[in-house]
Amino acid sequence: MDDVLETTINTLAVGGLYALIALGYTLVYGILRFINFAHSDVVAWGGWLALSIAGVFGWTAAGGAPAIAVPVVLVLTMAVCAAMGVTIERLAYRPLRKAPRLNVLITAIGVSLLLQNVGILDGVFGNKPDTIRPLLANSVLGEVGAVQLRLYDLMTIAVTIALVVGLERLVYGTRMGRAMRAVSHDERTAALMGIDVNRVITVTFAIGSALAAAGGILFALRNDLRLTADASWVLLGLKAFVAAVVGGIGNVRGAAAGALLIAFVEVFVHRYVGAVFADKPWVSQLQDIYVFGILILVLLFKPSGLLGKAAVEKV
Amino acid sequence: MNLRGWHAGKVAGLVLVLGALALSSIAACDQMGAKKSGGSRVQDTGKGAIKIGHYGSMSGAQATFGQSTDKGIRLAIEEKNAAGGVKGRKVELVTQDTAGKSQETSIVVTRLINDDKVVAILGEVASSLSLVGGPIAQKEGVPMISPSSTNPDVTAVGDMVSRVCFIDSFQGFVAAKFARENLKLTKAAVLYDQSQAYSAGLASDFKKAFTELGGTIAAEQAYTGGNLEVSSQLQSIKGAGAEVVFLPGYYSDVGTIIRKAREAGITVPFLGGDGWDSAELAKIAGDAINGNYYSNHYSHEEARPEVQAFVKNYQAKYSETPDGLAALGYDAAMLLFDAIERSWPGDGKPIEGKALAAAINSTKDFKGVTGTFSIDENRNAKKSAVILEYKNGVPTMAARIEP
Repeated sequence: MDDVLETTINTLAVGGLYALIALGYTLVYGILRFINFAHSDVVAWGGWLALSIAGVFGWTAAGGAPAIAVPVVLVLTMAVCAAMGVTIERLAYRPLRKAPRLNVLITAIGVSLLLQNVGILDGVFGNKPDTIRPLLANSVLGEVGAVQLRLYDLMTIAVTIALVVGLERLVYGTRMGRAMRAVSHDERTAALMGIDVNRVITVTFAIGSALAAAGGILFALRNDLRLTADASWVLLGLKAFVAAVVGGIGNVRGAAAGALLIAFVEVFVHRYVGAVFADKPWVSQLQDIYVFGILILVLLFKPSGLLGKAAVEKV
Repeated sequence: MNLRGWHAGKVAGLVLVLGALALSSIAACDQMGAKKSGGSRVQDTGKGAIKIGHYGSMSGAQATFGQSTDKGIRLAIEEKNAAGGVKGRKVELVTQDTAGKSQETSIVVTRLINDDKVVAILGEVASSLSLVGGPIAQKEGVPMISPSSTNPDVTAVGDMVSRVCFIDSFQGFVAAKFARENLKLTKAAVLYDQSQAYSAGLASDFKKAFTELGGTIAAEQAYTGGNLEVSSQLQSIKGAGAEVVFLPGYYSDVGTIIRKAREAGITVPFLGGDGWDSAELAKIAGDAINGNYYSNHYSHEEARPEVQAFVKNYQAKYSETPDGLAALGYDAAMLLFDAIERSWPGDGKPIEGKALAAAINSTKDFKGVTGTFSIDENRNAKKSAVILEYKNGVPTMAARIEP
């Protein structure tokens, strides 16, 4: 029972991380119908920027950070990344708004490579792995049976829930959210109704990148900082993207649900299916294949995603 | 192939052109000295500086590997040049960055050979990349010495490729022997990186040696380098009741994994290979690193005069303590100079690849920083290993294990 609880907590925490990142993919896709390949690099930059910002305050030494450190760093990093996302959209994607989708897609890959390689320069983040854990120790908050409830896990879950609920409120409860949905539904008609489409797109990128920054910080606390050019960020982004597609890309609740499903397959199935086949290690080594297997199944039987609506292509 | 619609004349003409091309390329090969037979190639002019190449991960996830190796090589070159060079000729180093990626590796190795015209190549650290560079060096007939790739297959590509380090089967044996005989433990778990040939190879060598020495493997788990959400793997290991965990990964992953393992309540020692050898490991793992062991090529605390001189000069030049990779880079370069001195007749004659490789492969009792060693018939170095233990965040010598 303890084991199941521990696995559940892990699933929720990993799922929360995927959800925060998946939301960025899903928001941008929902509005612009294109996959922002540079999104996972904004996540990586979020993690590293948190380290730089903490360094500015002198909070990088072990035990040297006050309790206020994490909220301050989180908010500042989200703000910087939001500005970064808006700038990327303004400089790289907006000039191509009328161009074929493929051009934007290739540009996104270019932006991704740029961010990866600028990040490892000596004057930027450098090319040695690092850690932001001095900001906050992973202390034990309590015990249930033999399971220790750790701060990082609970914080990841709490921050994710807060941000997803906040986003949900924004999209379905405010004028800006209504404008976003209108642009998503039909950009030209929305513009004719007096909606400032550029402003909506700017806000979308700002929100997506701020969520990416939060995901980056939580990821870095759990897994430390690998170089911005490391393939692990791309893999993280890919899994979050799969989560967004599985849940129904363009759908906020879908992204969260997809993320939980992917995390469930990764952690839960790995733990228990692996244990059943303990003498056949390859069963659990296929972890990543199960994740992408889910993607294939969903695309085969419900191409619009678990919570997505089937859209009729207008010709 | 469908030839209808083609004029017979056109086909004949095409065959003629292709034939002529083939003939001229064979002739070109002859001129370059039987390149096809994996044989020799003359890159050198016999005058001026001797150019040697180094390909390594100067950037990327394992950046400290390439950087340390490069520093070791450069120190060796500086010392050699200060002492008058190799038979009067200065040595010049060309370093190419692989960024730890295989596609980059094949490009930069080809560039070292064709553009930079180096007489010999040093590199890579990662076995998976030496397995990319080695076949190119073999095909082109340029000797390659890997300073620190420990996967057995690396030197199996042919007579041009050798190494100055021991191989994984020995490193796996060393770790198993240390766990069984020094720590006196009987139940081990294995957690390895399935995306790295180095890690997977070391894991299977450890398992084999550990069971042969009378131990049992309680759990076997794998992760993919970079994906450090390993909670379910750690839970399985914890449940299996292992007394020691063999974790033959690279430092960039190992630090985080050990910290997570301690938080998950795994208190037994971790044991690793030379992939742990980086100052970054202690920084990332924090206090969790203490009490864990890894096998390595040398310890900077050894009293041998070669070690002490090397550590002193290295600290003077770079203001840091050399790790094992720096020592191996230094040894690889010094062994190469030694082989050039033995095989090159001098007198303005060019240094020739095949003769140089033969000299490298017949090295006997070379006194290096990482020990006194010979190159065996499989072009691997026969030498002992050390086990280091992390104490207060610093690796300290725990044992020396002989072959």
